[in-house]
Amino acid sequence: MATITYIDAIAQAMWQEMERDPRVFLLGEDIGTYGGAFKATKGFIQHFGEQRVVDTPISEAAIIGAAVGAAVVGMRPIAEMQFADFVTCGFNQLVTNAAKIHYRWKLPVPMVVRLPSGGYIHGGPYHSANPEAWFLHAPGLKMVAPATAYDAKGLMTAAIRDENPVIFLEYKYLYRRIKGDVPEDLYEVPIGKGEVRRDGTDVTVISYGSTVHFALEAASRLALEEGIETRVVDLRSLVPLDVGLILDSVKATGKVLIVHEANLTGGVGAEISALIASNAFAFLDAPVMRLAGLDTPVPFAPTLEEYVLPNTEKIAQAIRTLARY
Amino acid sequence: MARIEVVMPQMGESIAEGTIVKWHKSVGEAIGKDEVLLEISTDKVDSEIPSPSSGILAEIVVEEQQTVAVRTVIAYIESDATASAPAPAATPPRPAQEPEPRVSQPVQGGDRFYSPLVLTIARAEGVSIAELEGVPGTGEGGRVSKKDILVYVAGRKGGTSAAAPPAPAAAGQAKQGSSNFEVVQMSNVMQKMAHHMVHSVHTSPHVAAVHEVDMTDVAKHRESHAAAFERAEGFKLTFMPYVVEAVVRAIKKYPLINSSVEGDKIIRKNFINIGIAVASDNGLIVPVVKHAEEKNFVGLARAVNDVAVRTRAKKLTPDDIQGGTFTISNFGVFGTLIGTPIIHQPQVAILGTGAITKRPVVINDAIAIRSMAYFTMSFDHRVVDGALGGMFLAEVVGILEHPEGRL
Repeated sequence: MATITYIDAIAQAMWQEMERDPRVFLLGEDIGTYGGAFKATKGFIQHFGEQRVVDTPISEAAIIGAAVGAAVVGMRPIAEMQFADFVTCGFNQLVTNAAKIHYRWKLPVPMVVRLPSGGYIHGGPYHSANPEAWFLHAPGLKMVAPATAYDAKGLMTAAIRDENPVIFLEYKYLYRRIKGDVPEDLYEVPIGKGEVRRDGTDVTVISYGSTVHFALEAASRLALEEGIETRVVDLRSLVPLDVGLILDSVKATGKVLIVHEANLTGGVGAEISALIASNAFAFLDAPVMRLAGLDTPVPFAPTLEEYVLPNTEKIAQAIRTLARY
Repeated sequence: MARIEVVMPQMGESIAEGTIVKWHKSVGEAIGKDEVLLEISTDKVDSEIPSPSSGILAEIVVEEQQTVAVRTVIAYIESDATASAPAPAATPPRPAQEPEPRVSQPVQGGDRFYSPLVLTIARAEGVSIAELEGVPGTGEGGRVSKKDILVYVAGRKGGTSAAAPPAPAAAGQAKQGSSNFEVVQMSNVMQKMAHHMVHSVHTSPHVAAVHEVDMTDVAKHRESHAAAFERAEGFKLTFMPYVVEAVVRAIKKYPLINSSVEGDKIIRKNFINIGIAVASDNGLIVPVVKHAEEKNFVGLARAVNDVAVRTRAKKLTPDDIQGGTFTISNFGVFGTLIGTPIIHQPQVAILGTGAITKRPVVINDAIAIRSMAYFTMSFDHRVVDGALGGMFLAEVVGILEHPEGRL
């Protein structure tokens, strides 16, 4: 077991799956000779060749469309969006073709679309998107959002092997900021299963992606300084949601805070809130609360970005409010 | 024939249990509807309870001198009304679940909010809404949280009255087994008082104004009329009717003092019910003199005496302690010179009367010995500002300093 970064864990899964399965191949902008905007595919073209590491024109519709076509004839493409923001150019290929083909023709569409997501990197309005809510609303797609290096490798492996189109949200903020123990061998983290990162009795925080780390930091600070015990749930998958774990967590604490970086309105948090209200009303000891990005594009200026996105202090304050309730 | 449950009634919003003083009927005896069936004593009052139905007293479940939670079944009456429902004799009593006989008053939910979880736990543990009212809340605004109800339930299961563990914060200090701390369960009256006081301070921005009042003439007036008054009316003349009368007259001049606040509306009352705060063995009780605006001085004196006597004899009814529009707290009886009383919600002002003591006072540039007292009024600055508060208090003082013509 080696300690590697989050981005290396993603690269390792892709590399080992390509070694194992000749149907797996990559396509995207600047992923070959350049090694990818974030160097996730550095060295791949030299090892696997141009046939399996395809540099494409700057057209997300073409990248996703080609991946859909390859998948239905038996290949297992991994398409990279250079930034999650640009997936909108390929939106129709994803939600109309990739998502619906199985329903219409009963064909499996085993493909992965990688979305380098999120802010905290001073990327501004066109390079900081968290577009998961759009895809949460498109039946036929699966979607995962790893927060650790271990999950990044295990979920990438599971996504490649899945017979459905899987959107793989990977967090630029976490790429080289976090490391973790990752087994050398391939393994799968099951899609649709969340994980309790920290147990607690007072308040549950439900999150995914970068904000899991802020939630954990807030939780340990509050436990140490104020005696508030917070349970932190890392969803890991957004489609399908781990409904059982969500409801169990409501029952464990009676108070729930949902945290995500994507903006508030119509977000994943809204869906989870509704799930809880419908299925665990009698276990609520406080209103379900959400802490999310403000309903605005992510600004460039670091101070404004800080203002718009959730952080440790804002999460701690929300937990405090709930604990006091 | 139908078998009707008789339950321990709820005799006021803070009452959680009652003691059966005396059964007026024995088993097998016939009883008419509304005829007195039993006498009970609760935290605040003793009451005679009428029968909810005519019929035969079939069974007494709770004997005299036993104390049970409100809504507990205490007896069964075989009613002579025709009913097809089978007798529920075999079912165990289920507080707060069965359809209520008329003897029981509806549970008052109060203004407390309970979360779905707290209600779920309460139902699972058989804690009635009335009982919930008495559970101390440590959440925001005194809300009962999950922890609070779990602590309460655990304490109840422990069996002894002092077994309810203290709130988590206090538990941190009070080490178990340490003789430096003693955990004492608050009585229901005390819990209600605590809840009410915190609620009042949270609700009203309190402002206090102090005036000095020369009680010499009132003292003389009382002294000269005391003997004749007692002969004519059959009870002693005290200072309190003078104060009540002055307050009533001042309210008539400044009626905003006699109001309450609901949202952005002021509710001005066209009647004046004066509450008089009284310390009792059970805690603070505020019996109310109703419709004081309709009474003359003797009528007020009689009404004040009446509630005082019945408070001491524990014969107050629930109605006697409700509906006040203004309150007077005579902390002077303890020698207190000046105090700042807390408003009795939803009223907007309360008058505190200090001890009457002889002091040197300057009158017309000469020093005289006069019977002086400090009167404090706390008022809710949402509706009563310093000008109104001051004018009202000056009016009360002015009336008191000219007692002639009362009798």
